[in-house]
Amino acid sequence: MSDIAIELRGIDKSFGLVHANKNINLTVRKGTIHGIIGENGAGKSTLMSILYGFYQADRGDIVIDGNTVTIKDPNAAIASGIGMVHQHFMLVENFTVLENVMLGAEESQILNTSISKARVELKRLEKEYALEVNPDALIEQLPVGLQQRVEILKALYRKADILILDEPTGVLTPPEADHLFRILGQLKDQGKTIIFITHKLREIMAITDEVSVMRRGEMVATRKTKETSVEELAELMVGRRVLLRVEKGAANPGEVKLSVENLTVRDGRGVTMVDNVSFNLRAGEIVGIAGVAGNGQSELLEAISGIRRAVGGKVLLNGKPIDVTGHVDPRELRDRGLGHVPEDRHHVGLVLKFEEAENGILGYHHEKRFLNGVFLNTKAIQADAEEKIKKYDIRPPNPRLKTANFSGGNQQKIVLAREMERGPDVLIIGQPTRGVDVGAIEFIHKRIIEMRDQGMAVLLVSVELDEIRALSDRIIVMFAGRVVGERDPDATEGELGLLMAGVEGRKEAAE
Amino acid sequence: MDLFHTIIAILESTIRVSVPLIFAALAGLFTERAGVFDIGLEGKMLGAAFAAGAVAAVTGNVMLGLLAAVLISVLLSLVHGYASITQRGSQIVSGVAINFIVAGSTVILGEAWFRQGGRTPALSGDARFQTVTLPFADAVRDVPFLGPIYSELLSGHFILTYVAFALVPFSWWILYRTRFGLRLRAVGENPSAVDTAGISVIWLRYRAVICCGILCGFAGAYLSLAMSAGFVKGMTAGKGYIALAALIFAKWRPVNIMLACLLFGFLDAFAIRLQGNPLPLIGQVPVQLMQALPYILTVILLAGFIGKAIPPKAGGVPYVKER
Repeated sequence: MSDIAIELRGIDKSFGLVHANKNINLTVRKGTIHGIIGENGAGKSTLMSILYGFYQADRGDIVIDGNTVTIKDPNAAIASGIGMVHQHFMLVENFTVLENVMLGAEESQILNTSISKARVELKRLEKEYALEVNPDALIEQLPVGLQQRVEILKALYRKADILILDEPTGVLTPPEADHLFRILGQLKDQGKTIIFITHKLREIMAITDEVSVMRRGEMVATRKTKETSVEELAELMVGRRVLLRVEKGAANPGEVKLSVENLTVRDGRGVTMVDNVSFNLRAGEIVGIAGVAGNGQSELLEAISGIRRAVGGKVLLNGKPIDVTGHVDPRELRDRGLGHVPEDRHHVGLVLKFEEAENGILGYHHEKRFLNGVFLNTKAIQADAEEKIKKYDIRPPNPRLKTANFSGGNQQKIVLAREMERGPDVLIIGQPTRGVDVGAIEFIHKRIIEMRDQGMAVLLVSVELDEIRALSDRIIVMFAGRVVGERDPDATEGELGLLMAGVEGRKEAAE
Repeated sequence: MDLFHTIIAILESTIRVSVPLIFAALAGLFTERAGVFDIGLEGKMLGAAFAAGAVAAVTGNVMLGLLAAVLISVLLSLVHGYASITQRGSQIVSGVAINFIVAGSTVILGEAWFRQGGRTPALSGDARFQTVTLPFADAVRDVPFLGPIYSELLSGHFILTYVAFALVPFSWWILYRTRFGLRLRAVGENPSAVDTAGISVIWLRYRAVICCGILCGFAGAYLSLAMSAGFVKGMTAGKGYIALAALIFAKWRPVNIMLACLLFGFLDAFAIRLQGNPLPLIGQVPVQLMQALPYILTVILLAGFIGKAIPPKAGGVPYVKER
């Protein structure tokens, strides 16, 4: 027995014109956690899908335990001892845990005997790996962390020795992620081999033994985790030095561009989400709104941008009132100099089925420069898209490509380009880098600072406290719909954290 | 006593008209639970009725008629399967196309072969299903109350009627107690889960569609070989759509399906009985209203007034492996 669990030799795969995997070589040692890191679209998921028999490689060999194997479908992968926990869970939501675990691996035609055997086996696995879950619970009633545990149990039930986890922490809360890491450590101790795919550097450093880096379809490096650093991995991933810190000069605040007075917003059920909020936003400054998700930041953005009606308060844009409690036309707001990058780019910011160029003008399509009489001026739209693609380094550089086929970071760049290039006086940005790669984050942060330096007033909402601290000139903290404090960006994480948790705020409000 | 006999008679015809609905709705159950919507139940039933009538008329053998019905219906199912599973086309378009093609071609072929204005020759004797008298039906006829229920309501139906009612628990057993059923329900909810578990989504869905074809064949054969003596053009008269409504009304569950079909069958039987006669307290009720009731009830259900009808999650969506 060698100590190599799996070896990939010269794997090559293309989808039409997209060369997803180029001559990939990878060696994974037995009983280790091997990280595979790379930006979205680097080819990690494709490579793992090949390993799991979802796709066939155009060229190359897969060697498991010293034997070259052909994996023509998931069945063959399972037979070779490979199990996979997919990014989007492969569970039937209205089935029980037990039914999901045995689906496809039932012992016999009649379910009763299969069920009792599966129940015994599941109990054994639960004990052996400390993976408790009620076998009769319906999947849809389980929290995400437990659903993922069912996915792991599914793989173990099929006697997997090699476990592939594809972006497993994307859907988990931090405590759930910590729990998962403990489980993976335990599995490793029991001799399982784990391949861990992620684009988060911190996770790689936390749990892997070795890490391989992919970039644009190629395997660019493999390192022992102990002998590498976050900086080195980031550079390997992106292909150049990445500034994990944002560099910016002092702000030069000018006149007040946006003024919010006693704004109150309720949600559909009548619950007050924004409670008497007031603040000013000046030209040439970035004001960050920090807070745990769900404390009214989203509703605040929606009310200011005219998507949601407020029940009370005043908002002045460039000194002139917006009828926030009555009817607001978002188009009119745009004409008056308000740009809006919505929090949810998939549902609010973009029409995913449209071409890139079409999304590039959405909301501004009525402007003369994009029209030929009553018809769209496709040439002008195309030219506009090409210009933005260049300026924002949107990849692939194809304005005719469906927006759904761009990675998260590039989709976000499409929205940012649309809203920023119009040159608004006030720019409202919600979650600028949610689901965006390291390289793109750096670019987006730079652009936001540039906009500020050009005199734009920027209101930034993000659940990433690091991001708020790095970009903002002033930080407003919201808790339970109220502004509980305002701080300088050099406030400590601990201080802001207490405010966000509502601890400090109550004291301040009482004073 | 007269009212009692009227009720028995109405219930007896309720059973008679419910049978094709039960066959067709169970047929729909199998494919829709596997994620393939089938608006073509009507067409398959009609095609099967024609095949049954034609073959039974020519051969004089009712079983050959039934076999032909099943074959034609399965064939049409496979067409639907090829369009919507293999070619990933629109399931609605494919189903509607089948309905139209069958409605037209049965008349053309019928006229070309038999020259009776789109009918098949009237069947008699061994070319048609005969009613079955249950044991002791005559002996207990005079027992008060229970006697007529047994000998008139339960006895004296076609063999296919008993098959239809037996298929209800059998379908439940298949869906909920066998491996095939588990996988079939899974593929209608989340085909990716089935695919990653190493099971072929396509083959599974084809098998579901074939089950649908077989049952639609029974429904059609019942119409032309049992309920009537031969095929008449357009003889399904929307029963496929009523069955579809019953399937939704029953929230895609076998026993509910039987109850929904009996309810819709009862409305139908009642409407026929009512023709021209005013209803006590209410007065004259238009027949059209009674005939529309199944659809009205289904719409009310879909609007969320009677619980919630949640269709299989992956229903109507062709399966494409995601990148």
